[in-house]
Amino acid sequence: MSKLILTEDARKVIIKDAESTYPHECCGFFYGSDDDKRTVTEAIPVVNTKEENRERRFEISAIDYMKAEQYADENGLTLLGVYHSHPEHAAIPSEHDLRQALPYFSYIIVSVKKAKTAAVLSWKLNDQGRFEQETVINQNNPFDVDVFLSSFNQ
Amino acid sequence: MAKIIIPTPLRKFTDNQSSFQATSGNVGEALNELTTAYPGVKGHLFDDNGQVRQFIKVFVGEDDIKDLDNNATLVESGTIISIVPAIAGGCI
Repeated sequence: MSKLILTEDARKVIIKDAESTYPHECCGFFYGSDDDKRTVTEAIPVVNTKEENRERRFEISAIDYMKAEQYADENGLTLLGVYHSHPEHAAIPSEHDLRQALPYFSYIIVSVKKAKTAAVLSWKLNDQGRFEQETVINQNNPFDVDVFLSSFNQ
Repeated sequence: MAKIIIPTPLRKFTDNQSSFQATSGNVGEALNELTTAYPGVKGHLFDDNGQVRQFIKVFVGEDDIKDLDNNATLVESGTIISIVPAIAGGCI
């Protein structure tokens, strides 16, 4: 299982966006380095441009995607992936998520139950085009691995 | 000479290069130039009919080529061509 190190600052941004956007899905990009360890140092929310069913769908505009690539380039960062939330659903990729998933990117999904974060999991396509879960490591507490998984399973 | 911006997920097919300089005069030819130089990109960019894939958009500057002249859109020296994957999903 590949590993994704998530800094506390980036985690806070993602969780705050997921909870404040509830009951709609939030979305955004995250950046960092991808040398021997994939490390997320920064997350930036973007607008969910889906006009309908935003409680179960998200879409990011092409312009926002181009800005994300430009931001990474200008700041010496790597665009590592996309996050979004699943209000009142598990942090597991749907068929809809899979259909438009890209190789290389990590996909962080936040499960939000009653406006509170229940799980933060990350997924990445394998060589067969299927999602595999990544181990999410809290950088400030390396022993705190997949910290929300147990609560999600209860 | 137009500059093609390679999206991060496709850079594993371009020797990790983030951009490609094309000498062609229109978008379609420039993209073909890219896939000739980096054949691994082709299957991710074009479908079996040679058309840009459904979930990929191509922009010249900030304009979708569908709003311009599609692959025949002319490019000039300094033109920026962006390959933009559609980013979408949802819980159900």
